Amino acid sequence: MAGESGKIDPMYQFKIEPLAQLNLAGYDVSFTNSSLFMILVLGALWLFMWGGMKRDLVPGRWQMAVEGVTGFVNNMLTSSVGPEGKKYVPLVFSLFMFILMANFMGMMPFGIVPGVHPFTVTSHLTITAVLAVISFGTVLIVGFWKHGLHFFSLFVPHGTPWWLLWLIPLIELFSFLIRPFSLALRLFVAMTAGHVLMKVLAGFVINGLNAEAAWVPLVVSIPSFILMIGITLLELLVCAIQAYVFALLTSLYINDAVNLH
Amino acid sequence: MPQIAQILETYASQFFWLMIVFGLVYFTIGHGMLPKVEATVDARNRKIADDLAAAELARAEADDLGDSGEADLTAARTAAQAKSASAKAKAAKDADARLAKADAEISAKIAAADAELAKATAKALSDIETVAAEAAADIVAKVSGAKITSAQAAKAVKAVMSHG
Repeated sequence: MAGESGKIDPMYQFKIEPLAQLNLAGYDVSFTNSSLFMILVLGALWLFMWGGMKRDLVPGRWQMAVEGVTGFVNNMLTSSVGPEGKKYVPLVFSLFMFILMANFMGMMPFGIVPGVHPFTVTSHLTITAVLAVISFGTVLIVGFWKHGLHFFSLFVPHGTPWWLLWLIPLIELFSFLIRPFSLALRLFVAMTAGHVLMKVLAGFVINGLNAEAAWVPLVVSIPSFILMIGITLLELLVCAIQAYVFALLTSLYINDAVNLH
Repeated sequence: MPQIAQILETYASQFFWLMIVFGLVYFTIGHGMLPKVEATVDARNRKIADDLAAAELARAEADDLGDSGEADLTAARTAAQAKSASAKAKAAKDADARLAKADAEISAKIAAADAELAKATAKALSDIETVAAEAAADIVAKVSGAKITSAQAAKAVKAVMSHG
């Protein structure tokens, strides 16, 4: 968090630091703080699901919460893909829950323990790009496997006038190919921007309190602190919304692959 | 920005660990735990639907029973009304018939009594004639000493009586 001489670097939170060196076939696959938080996300997700596995006829609170989330993803897929969407519930649920938990894990106040600071797995382009490729790859595989070369008819929407046939497929192809990038960049940018904003505001609060002039804490730190409470709540909302957007877009793209518009 | 500055040093590690973790999430949670949760939800929904259907069936049955009970009651009421009406009609007819019979009997009795009365009157009249004739003959014999036959006396009496 704090660099040398009390300066606060809002980018420091995204730094990946190896915790244990590991090499595999010439690649550096060290266990890093990012890996640690992925494992934490997996553990939290597993714990959350395990609490909902009591399989009671009348669910308790925890089971209700788990069934609410699974029902939510199930509903999203059946409403955008149709009954065939049930097959893709595990994938979309995994994407949704992994992103949601990773976003929330990055918001956890682990920083109150000295020397520990939370890491947001989804604030790295590498991670969001891989997740986007998983989503996009699924669409490609399902599309070509179900429809063969007929899948290319996706780029010629119904009712295209003949004199636009040279332009529309081009636009459609471009919008199709841009999907993985928009998926990856949206999540990466939203998480990065939110965390930078929070860190900058936190820097205002701390630097204001450390200032020599007595009026600075009153004018800078307190308003920044109040603003930060609001921004933190907003960030929690963004965490959920970004996971939802990723899952919703994935299910809409799967709908394209399954039903060809 | 470490995300971009570090990308070449860290992409392999991030990719490697994401594959492991996401693979575990997908296979153990997405394909292992999720279907069980959904099976529980489905089983509950099915049970609720079954229970609702059973309740609906029972309600329909009860409605049917109520309807048929009502119909039974109405039929029984009509039957009872018809029975009582016919009984009333029969009773009235019986009473009429008995009345007529009694009337006839009484008239016959009256007629017989009339006839007897008439006969008795006639007999009494003829008796009176005989007695009067005998008395007349006796009186004639006592007064005049003349002897008259009873036939003459009877004739005289008859003439007087028919005059009188």
